[in-house]
Amino acid sequence: MLIYTLKRLGLAIIVMITVSMISFMLLRVSGDPAISLAGEGASSAEIEFVREQYGFDRPLIIQYFEWAGRAIQGDLGNSAYVKQSVAQMLRERMGVTMTLGICSLTFAMLLAIPLGMLAAIRPNTWIDRLALSISVMGQAMPSFWFGLILIIFFGVYLRWLPISGSDTWKHFVMPTIALGYYATPAIMRLVRSGMLEVLASDHIRTARAKGLRWPKILFKHTLRNAIIPVVAVAAVQLGFMLGGSIVIEAIFALNGLGNLAWVSISRSDLPVVQAIVLFLSIIYIFLTFMADIFNAFLDPRIRSS
Amino acid sequence: MNALLEVKNLNVDLNLPAGALHAVRNVSFSVQKGKTLSLVGESGCGKSITALAIMNLLPPSASYNAKKMEFEGHDLLKLNEKKMSRFRGAKIAMIFQEPMTSLDPCYTIGDQLTEALTEHKQVSAKEALNRAVFLLDKVGITGAASRLKQYPHQLSGGLRQRIMIAMGLMCGPSLIIADEPTTALDVTIQAQILRLLASIQKEFNMGMILITHDLGVVARIADDVAVMYCGEVVETGNITQIFNHPIHPYTRGLIECIPIPGKTKPGEKLGSIPGIVPAPIGELWGCSFRNRCSLATAECADRGLALNHISDTRSFRCIKPPNDMPIGTPDEKPDKKMGKADPMAIKKEERI
Amino acid sequence: MTPTQQQQFDSGLGLDVVFPTPGQIMGQRMKTHKGFILGGLMVLIVFMMAIFAPYIAGHDPYQQDLSKRMISPIWSEKGTWDHPLGTDNMGRDYFARLVYGSRISLLIGFSCMAIAAVIGISLGLTAGYFGGLADYIVSFIITVRLALPAVLVAVAVVALIGGSTKVVIMVLGCLIWDRFAVILRATTQQIRAMDYVQAAQAAGCSVLWLMIREIMPNLFNSIVIVATLEIGRAILLEAALSFLGMGVQPPIPSWGLMISEGKDLMLFDPYLVTIPGVALFFLVLGMNLFGDGLRDVTSPEGRS
Repeated sequence: MLIYTLKRLGLAIIVMITVSMISFMLLRVSGDPAISLAGEGASSAEIEFVREQYGFDRPLIIQYFEWAGRAIQGDLGNSAYVKQSVAQMLRERMGVTMTLGICSLTFAMLLAIPLGMLAAIRPNTWIDRLALSISVMGQAMPSFWFGLILIIFFGVYLRWLPISGSDTWKHFVMPTIALGYYATPAIMRLVRSGMLEVLASDHIRTARAKGLRWPKILFKHTLRNAIIPVVAVAAVQLGFMLGGSIVIEAIFALNGLGNLAWVSISRSDLPVVQAIVLFLSIIYIFLTFMADIFNAFLDPRIRSS
Repeated sequence: MNALLEVKNLNVDLNLPAGALHAVRNVSFSVQKGKTLSLVGESGCGKSITALAIMNLLPPSASYNAKKMEFEGHDLLKLNEKKMSRFRGAKIAMIFQEPMTSLDPCYTIGDQLTEALTEHKQVSAKEALNRAVFLLDKVGITGAASRLKQYPHQLSGGLRQRIMIAMGLMCGPSLIIADEPTTALDVTIQAQILRLLASIQKEFNMGMILITHDLGVVARIADDVAVMYCGEVVETGNITQIFNHPIHPYTRGLIECIPIPGKTKPGEKLGSIPGIVPAPIGELWGCSFRNRCSLATAECADRGLALNHISDTRSFRCIKPPNDMPIGTPDEKPDKKMGKADPMAIKKEERI
Repeated sequence: MTPTQQQQFDSGLGLDVVFPTPGQIMGQRMKTHKGFILGGLMVLIVFMMAIFAPYIAGHDPYQQDLSKRMISPIWSEKGTWDHPLGTDNMGRDYFARLVYGSRISLLIGFSCMAIAAVIGISLGLTAGYFGGLADYIVSFIITVRLALPAVLVAVAVVALIGGSTKVVIMVLGCLIWDRFAVILRATTQQIRAMDYVQAAQAAGCSVLWLMIREIMPNLFNSIVIVATLEIGRAILLEAALSFLGMGVQPPIPSWGLMISEGKDLMLFDPYLVTIPGVALFFLVLGMNLFGDGLRDVTSPEGRS
């Protein structure tokens, strides 16, 4: 178990380093940062000044190590647009995004797991078809468009919920549904197929031959086995949702990381964009690492290997 | 005689895209208290389906009916799923062919053993654990107490099958159904498990249905035999009758396939049964073995071929019984007690 | 026995049962699988729209006419048959823009899928076939790719390079190969371990032969299924990018862009948002239904 954890941790750290390199390179290679920082009408002297000021004239690898070295100490540099440190900006915004992400994941799981289970227990019935339609539609619905439809219907037509801002819990209802619905199909399909597979397995036949009661067979023996892959997917989906929150936060004017990223991209605030990409990647890596550990806890076969 | 389990005219259909497959047709047999009935036949002949039908564990695509299915005086056909589950595990236990996958990988051996008992009886967790240790010891597992904390993947196939047997015994059932319990195991382990099953069956005085394709296994531990072919019982009888005086050409063919130590000479050809098993789909009539039978004639394709009963326990489904059939002694007693030469030339001590 | 006697003798045994061939079973399933047929039809409709756009549209999608701004669609009281879906805030015919928009979505969907397929298939095949170090490296690359937030990276890169259809295709294609790689790696591993491949290898077949003749034919199904799903994903991502203003640039009639342009007016004229959204939903739903159906009808055991 300890060896397994250390192995996973080692892998997570290597992935983290690689991701930091990529997020650093990506934004450097895709354009001259000095030009975008200096602004559009800048003279060549001004651009040259910015280049020296920020050290863009030095080799990329040295720039990377300097940046990474400071990043480890929590110093992500200063915003190029507003007078604030990037770390401070992230700290202020991440609460909203995390809340949104966790609410959305909870919403998705509460919808997906019971429906997936019911669909697997009663295959080819109306409940199975309902689950299937929800999942098929969820995959085909553009989440930003779904968000707009929610605004039109619940915000404007029914006037039940506020359409923008992040002040009260009510502000989070529609974004949660819009974002959470996007993650539902993947989880539901996995629950359904996993349950079907386990229900047809030999050890469920054994459990039935033992004369166990149906709820016990269902929850103790079937769900426990079927939920193992769901944990990993839920972690991945949460990562995706945090990444995809840029669109939803833009629509609902939620003051989170996604919104900050969008605003920063449109005003070429490179240090902030870089930091958000890195931050979301690290969150994703952390989530998958936690899922691996949790899986080992659920599945004795992983634990002892 | 009051049978422990009596099955009459069991039919099972499996619904396939090509049509309904009549997997089991008109199968009747009975199991006596404290005796072992062996269902023998090649793979796909409906043995396992028969067992699953008794337990009401058939897959949803299958449907079954029977004239009678009575266990200890209870009509199993009339029980709903909930009532049936009171019999499963408690009164009728089943051991499966695949020990590698028949245990839940997520729970310890101890958990899975005790839950079989606590589900049916009001016992404390401690009592259940004691019973588990006692039975693990009985099925020949060393260090029983420490095994309880182990997970299935940490154990070998032989050990897992022993655990399956112990699990079946937890509630003290009066009938145990063993569905090819040794097929998936190494040859050396097979004999151990068989010996174990036979001794346990004797010790706890249970009835047992042993499903196998291996006549060698039958010869070792069965009291009564029902030979199945293509979904039908083609011959029944006690062990001596079947091995000494097989009537049905299929039974004879099967017996000729086995080499007998001391009797089969080196280099001698063993028997084999030519042809393929038909797929029992659509309307069926006549003898289902006729396309592989050397004795078959046009009469064998006649409709309405029934089981010929010589006695309660001795019957066969063939219109061409051999001339030397012991018509005079229909209820020939098993000769193991009388000390006659064993037909299989298996030494006394090898019979359990 | 004469043949007729033999026939009589053998009947009633079930020997004459004809089992359908895999092809027949597949054909039967295709005819009865509702999702497969419906999805195929939906995709076909959008294809027809894209191919025959000039004949269907009736108007020029770029033609602005400020005297005809914000005409309501036909189902409202003020609608006219001249502009069945109304016009947008620049007086452009909404139906024409919708019809031409199908070209953008299909172009982007298929091109991104093609780029993603090339990257993903080569990575997945390499990892699954060779295993060992190659597998470690590819798995690592996949993990790194998944760790990067795709939408955010796409938006940032497109913003830095400058939005255009070409850039969107390149960036999205390079970002969405992960599913190809993951699924092909797993499938190749499975097939690689099969006895018949081992037998071919033992018989001395070359690596190239094994890959092309023994493994590739069995991957075809998975590739087509993943491809349909990836087309849907690329279309949705393009729409999201265009919606954020970091994708296809105006005045190109991209459905995502149309939603973005209609967003400010959606409180008064919701049709500006709903119509292109429904079109997106229709196309992606069709693609997914088709892909799911294809998996069901081609898988050996069908949908349980």
